[in-house]
Amino acid sequence: MREIQAQQITDVVEKLCIEANQYLPEDVQEAIRGCRACEDWDIAQGVLDKIIDNFEIARQENVPICQDTGMACVFLEIGQDVHIVGGNLAEAVDEGVRRGYDKGYLRKSVVKDPVRRGNTGDNTPAMLYTEIVPGEQIKVTVGPKGFGSENMSAIRMFKPSHGLQGIKDFILETVEAAGPNPCPPIVVGVGIGGTFDKAALLAKKALMRPIDSSHPDPFYADLEKEMLQKINELGIGPQGFGGKTTAIGLNIETMPTHIAGMPCAVNINCHVTRHKTEVI
Amino acid sequence: MEKHIQLPLTEELAKTLHAGDSVYLTGTIYTSRDAGHKRMCEALARGEQLPFDPTDATIYYVGPTPAKPGQVIGSAGPTTSGRMDAYAPTMMSVGARGMIGKGARLPEVVDAMKQYSGVYFGAIGGAGALLAKCIKKCELIAYEDLGAEALRKLYVEDMPLVVIIDSQGNNLYEDGRKAYLAGRQS
Repeated sequence: MREIQAQQITDVVEKLCIEANQYLPEDVQEAIRGCRACEDWDIAQGVLDKIIDNFEIARQENVPICQDTGMACVFLEIGQDVHIVGGNLAEAVDEGVRRGYDKGYLRKSVVKDPVRRGNTGDNTPAMLYTEIVPGEQIKVTVGPKGFGSENMSAIRMFKPSHGLQGIKDFILETVEAAGPNPCPPIVVGVGIGGTFDKAALLAKKALMRPIDSSHPDPFYADLEKEMLQKINELGIGPQGFGGKTTAIGLNIETMPTHIAGMPCAVNINCHVTRHKTEVI
Repeated sequence: MEKHIQLPLTEELAKTLHAGDSVYLTGTIYTSRDAGHKRMCEALARGEQLPFDPTDATIYYVGPTPAKPGQVIGSAGPTTSGRMDAYAPTMMSVGARGMIGKGARLPEVVDAMKQYSGVYFGAIGGAGALLAKCIKKCELIAYEDLGAEALRKLYVEDMPLVVIIDSQGNNLYEDGRKAYLAGRQS
């Protein structure tokens, strides 16, 4: 049994909130540069150049890449041999978010009630997911999620008879309906299987995976490639002005499901697909 | 076509702008998004004045990050304009002519733009650090309690924008995509 202080979790969450908002992950940077090199439409090239300038300015000047510094999605993989001491876990995470969003000059974008609104003033609560895993470490991932893209996401409970074609059509339909709203070029996270809630969580987790990685099952790895190509044939282009580059990555996560169902969730993210991980 | 334009956005100036034009904007603009628009439209419904003169004004749909010491403003890219569709025709009816944001607009908004010679400009969504560079002055003018959503008066120099929908209702989202797909096939 290893003891980890709640304070340590707070410190790591604080640091990751700031870093994730200022430094675009290497895989996302590379994907955008790669798309710029392949893009042959004039206005699209100009937009991608400005997007590259933007993340470089953010890195050099330590400022947020985007003003929507998101809701703080925090994923904790907690080793089963860890004992957290000196505080409550959820409070420790929220304190990290509170400090990170204050010290990092990040925007406070959370309202305390979905209908009656009212800003909480400190960007808490975090959207916290915990998972118990073997070992005696805690893996902390912070993924600030903007809502321009979150609002364009969708979930559908398919019948098994809809099959693979149903899922393919749904992914394209969702991207088409999103159009210019989620700040293309986008990253698409797809969750297939589980229950209603698990499918949505899988889609979110798909966005936390590097976009230069593939699903371990070749069937889904091929589907990732095929759907990315099909999305980029839609012609929506960077910012929706037309062009080849509508999406820079598409990840699929899957799990077993019920004999009667085939849930599918599509979580859309913008070109500022941010996440940062540290192990305690 | 690349154009450098100086605000205010008069009717005469608005009519010279066409969907697809690349525009560098200089002058005074106002920031407002969801909660600010709701409050302004409620004020108008009660017969009250707006916190700024809307005549020929341009509104930037943005909620910036807090400024770091030494900065005029934090990162300041556009938010999704569609959420302001419920308020945009009312704002145009009292004189506000320019809108800066990103994303699709409803037909009602386009109709109001044709009626009032409105122009919808797109700023690059997600480019908040870059766009902040052209904001030279920032002054909080109303609704301070709304935090990032408070009303601010900005002075911008050569703000890089694209005309998405012009006062005749032409739409770059439709035409640009069509042109790209047609060009790819030819």
